[in-house]
Amino acid sequence: MGRTTAEKIFDAHLVNEPFPGTKVLRLDAVLCHEITTPIAIDDLIRRDKDRVFDPTKIKAVIDHVTPSKDTKTATQAKILRDWARRHAIKDFFDIGANGVCHALFPEQGFIRPGYTVIMGDSHTCTHGAFGAFAAGIGTTDLEVGILKGVCAFRQPKTIKFNVNGVLPKGVYAKDVILHIIGKIGVNGATDRVMEFHGSTIDAMTMESRMTLCNMAIEAGGTSGICMPDMTTVEFLWPFINGDFASKEAALADYSQWRADADAEYDQVIDIDVATLQPTITFGYKPDQVKTVTEMAGTPLDQIYIGSCTNGRLEDLRIAAQILKGHKLAPNVRGILSPATPKIQQEAMHEGLIEIFMEAGFCVTNPTCGACLGMSNGVLAEGEVCASTTNRNFMGRMGKGGMVHLMSPATAAASAIEGKIADPRKYL
Amino acid sequence: MKTFGGPVLFLDRGDINTDEIIPAKYLTEITKEDLKPYILEDLKLPGFDPVGPKTKAAKVIVSRANFGCGSSREHAPWVFEVNGITAVIAESFARIFRQNMFNCGMAAIELPKADLDLIFSHAGDQDAAMEIDIEAGTLTMVGNGQQQTFSFEISPFDKALVLAGGWVDYADQNY
Repeated sequence: MGRTTAEKIFDAHLVNEPFPGTKVLRLDAVLCHEITTPIAIDDLIRRDKDRVFDPTKIKAVIDHVTPSKDTKTATQAKILRDWARRHAIKDFFDIGANGVCHALFPEQGFIRPGYTVIMGDSHTCTHGAFGAFAAGIGTTDLEVGILKGVCAFRQPKTIKFNVNGVLPKGVYAKDVILHIIGKIGVNGATDRVMEFHGSTIDAMTMESRMTLCNMAIEAGGTSGICMPDMTTVEFLWPFINGDFASKEAALADYSQWRADADAEYDQVIDIDVATLQPTITFGYKPDQVKTVTEMAGTPLDQIYIGSCTNGRLEDLRIAAQILKGHKLAPNVRGILSPATPKIQQEAMHEGLIEIFMEAGFCVTNPTCGACLGMSNGVLAEGEVCASTTNRNFMGRMGKGGMVHLMSPATAAASAIEGKIADPRKYL
Repeated sequence: MKTFGGPVLFLDRGDINTDEIIPAKYLTEITKEDLKPYILEDLKLPGFDPVGPKTKAAKVIVSRANFGCGSSREHAPWVFEVNGITAVIAESFARIFRQNMFNCGMAAIELPKADLDLIFSHAGDQDAAMEIDIEAGTLTMVGNGQQQTFSFEISPFDKALVLAGGWVDYADQNY
């Protein structure tokens, strides 16, 4: 019997099965940020267990509110910073080096095929783009992960998505995943892994695959997973060239984590992207989606480009390509948050930042801020935002605010027109 | 072990998310107790008042499918805990929320829709309350002078976490 990628990773990391149906796995990476980790740290101290299982496998970043906006957020940052120093956690990213966790950690080469990854953040599923099992967990699971390097899971079933075809003009990974969530619903993949296969995925960059896997949680999925291939190897090569004699050798090794052809799936869903249109959410749930044709003309107040979903260099390039030579419509304001300092620097070198600023965008430092209404772009009551983020819950970007999720291309076109607009006419 | 049962708060909608349970702007609080005033602050439901007497009295929440979807924030179970609510009954839960509840030694109990419909028929009863027996796997709905008992299943692991009072000590002893 063949196995899915998640089954292979579970088998290779199994510590024990303390009760039927519950598997305790050894962890390869425990990722931490300043919102969900400080309470775990405080609790460990209170229990007289202020230890870490392996400082080299713990990665930490201050990203949600940075630089700190008030005493409370400064305290959260300080707790994380002091803890990282105390335990000699080398991979700690503070102001100047910090960025959105799910963009920063992959950029640093921390995530490899076959890894088990947890973080106290629901969008941890992003890292499955590398052929890893990566799951968001709460503070208690994080605390145990920090202390013992293990986490308990129910063995998830897997849904296989066969995504085939060439993406039409103006349609990107974001549109594909919004379409999929619209199709299966916000709990369509609960307790399931979403495994992505097919020619469309094979042709995607690692950045696009991360966009895709990032939103698995919006369908309830435990992890999104893409099959490791030469694209994965090329991305990781600067970090692994000492470990393998050649890229082919790395590919041969990583291929062990690809799902077997005869693996058993809970469901198989075929998606043909050839007829996809730019896709946008209209309500307060990520499965409430419509095409840009249906949504065009919706009035807006703010455009936000950034986040762990769509704040990477590829996203900035696409948006800048559309924005070049244009100005923001006078009725809207635009905010760009490149996801990491490296992305911001490269965007500067490529002249992308200039395009955004010429268009009238405010360019912030890398941070999660506005996406969850914590800082740097919170909406007022009744305001509407065209956003490249991942969650459109009521009040998500500010109490009484409305969020329409979309690709960077659609957000850029909408910035020019001041209302939801079709990006295809600008490409 | 925590106690389970008491007055019920009915939240008759599916997909109630963690941002509705506790908005992200309060995630800067350092202690669980500080979250207390903000329970369900952004939840908009007909007849529901997040600071009303029913919310204040509640020990159990009854809701519909996919309860607790969205963020991984354990602040959602914590805001229930500090308000005296230690059990949520729903048709289904988002994975992370469900595990967070058990990891804190609280209960997230799934019931079939038909059972929930019967329980929701007590939503208008002033005395609606529930008794929950984790060991026996039964819960009894009391309201308007009637009572009805339902059985439920939780995984052996989740049961062990409830009985042990949470995951941290268990894990430190066993791994």
